[in-house]
Amino acid sequence: MQTRFSYGGDEHIFAEVAESMSLEAFFKGLFITNAVRDAKIKGVTEICPANASYQVKFDPDQIKPDDLLAELKKLDSASEKSAPVIKTRIIEIPVLYNDPWTHETLMRFRERHQDPNGTDLEYAARINGLDGVDAFIKAHSSAPWFVSMVGFVAGLPFLYQMVERQRQIQAPKYLRPRTDTPKLTVGHGGCFSCIYSVRGAGGYQMFGITPMPIYDPNQKISYLRDFMCLFRPGDIVKWKPIDRPAYDAAVADVDAGRFAPIIRDVSFSLTEFNNDIDAYNRKLEGVLHGH
Amino acid sequence: MAIKVLKPGLATTVQDLGRPGYYHIGIPLSGGMDRHALAAANLLVGNEQGAAVLEAVFMGPELEFTDDALVAITGAELPPKLDGEPRETWTSFKVKRGQKLSFDFLKQGARGYIAIAGGIDVPLVLGSRSTYALGALGGFKGRKLEAGDELPIGKASASVKDGRTVAKELRGLPAGMPTELRVMPGLYWHRITEMAGIGFFGDTWKVAPEADRIGYRFKGGKPLEFVPREPPFGAGSDPSNITDACYPYGSIQVPGGTEPIVLHRDAVSGGGYFMVGTVIAADMDLIGQLQPNTPVKFVKVGMDEALGARKSRAELLSKLRSALP
Repeated sequence: MQTRFSYGGDEHIFAEVAESMSLEAFFKGLFITNAVRDAKIKGVTEICPANASYQVKFDPDQIKPDDLLAELKKLDSASEKSAPVIKTRIIEIPVLYNDPWTHETLMRFRERHQDPNGTDLEYAARINGLDGVDAFIKAHSSAPWFVSMVGFVAGLPFLYQMVERQRQIQAPKYLRPRTDTPKLTVGHGGCFSCIYSVRGAGGYQMFGITPMPIYDPNQKISYLRDFMCLFRPGDIVKWKPIDRPAYDAAVADVDAGRFAPIIRDVSFSLTEFNNDIDAYNRKLEGVLHGH
Repeated sequence: MAIKVLKPGLATTVQDLGRPGYYHIGIPLSGGMDRHALAAANLLVGNEQGAAVLEAVFMGPELEFTDDALVAITGAELPPKLDGEPRETWTSFKVKRGQKLSFDFLKQGARGYIAIAGGIDVPLVLGSRSTYALGALGGFKGRKLEAGDELPIGKASASVKDGRTVAKELRGLPAGMPTELRVMPGLYWHRITEMAGIGFFGDTWKVAPEADRIGYRFKGGKPLEFVPREPPFGAGSDPSNITDACYPYGSIQVPGGTEPIVLHRDAVSGGGYFMVGTVIAADMDLIGQLQPNTPVKFVKVGMDEALGARKSRAELLSKLRSALP
């Protein structure tokens, strides 16, 4: 992987680690952005890791663009030597798949979809060669997902499925973007799932909804009091399919300030993961549920 | 002291110079789209240049003052009226308790900045008073103003005279037709053909109706032709797709190769469309003053010109500051 650097005007350096998405490219970007943060380079104002790329914003009145570029290239080549291990968190996200709210929305925007006669779940199951909606939900929720980028809007995680490429779920975006998506919709576009942190426009296929808020600008929700966004790049997510009574109970818990998400510290090794993906994922799930 | 919002205007928001440091989790800078005009309005009333002001787009609000105040309107030519009597833009004037500030129709530009001595005293959120409406964050209750809102005003620190004014040549507004926006090509420039690149800089574009704080869309130029490729895994099948990446402020994405969108202060922080380059920082203020249908040309520059333009823009504000009595 040879990183391609470009200036984004006079205030940004944009670095494409790889054109294609892979955990290797994501890890390299995460390592370099961590190294840039640790290096505390004068004049650097924003450090943004993305899926297979990253971006650094700087003040050219404090550091010459060419000097910063040279620093980044140095860190980039040093990253080749570091072991791909990170200390991170695994977070369980309850999901009501096939819920009434995304269903109402996807029916409202049916003419913008590839398959006007079905639902997003039915379509995604078919094009991924899975036998119906239940099989699709199983495929979507059985392995964990990496938060490979946070952004688009405040606190929205892009999630990358932790399975071999041939098993990864893929689905195109809507033909034309919707003007509405329910808040906390679990969506999917390309090879990425996401959770819509706010209500608004969107183009991803809609599979379900979580009762668990992930962004709270008022910082009233117990686990968002320290910071208003839940996710950080590098977090690992495990979906937990729930039914309607469990969804309603979770919403009531959130409203009453009782909802306690399951979040555990975990260390992740890309090498060990690649050696035996299913076994490693079982181990991660063990961390989540304390066994 | 407070001001009462009688009529909110079209989309009037509280803004300061922005909220750096949170783009990596999708929270953009926000802040005034025309930072020079925002700073000028503050300096005219004796505030720090980054105090919170009101940014009014296309149409001014109607405000009632509960106390005496010193006020200045800069940016767009959005003519102020005090109890129906005309006042000058780019000039500080006194408002008496109980008086109403309203605005005539927009004559030029797009965004007016209303500074009040003491600044709009909404709470700091992540270090800034700016409104990020998409995330319901900051400003006044995280949203644009509504009739009935009461905005708290801080205590004026310095007592400055009314009637201070900014000379035309120090206002830094877009000049000339078409408006020229300087662009550093880069990012995914290699995705389009050489002819498409020539067309991009050669064509005259027009500001589309979809132009807001997130981004400005342009239309009227030739569609861009792509260099053929196998879609990389994760990018999507459209030739304008990339594996979702960060978007620089000022970056120019062209979904489907048809209508360029320049991201501005409330930018979406990333996504899956390729970008041809980035509008230089010195010209971002100009975009904030463009009305729909304004003709625009993108002008190709390199880093040295971008840094030169940046220096000139900073000097403009220093000159403005030292010219004030």
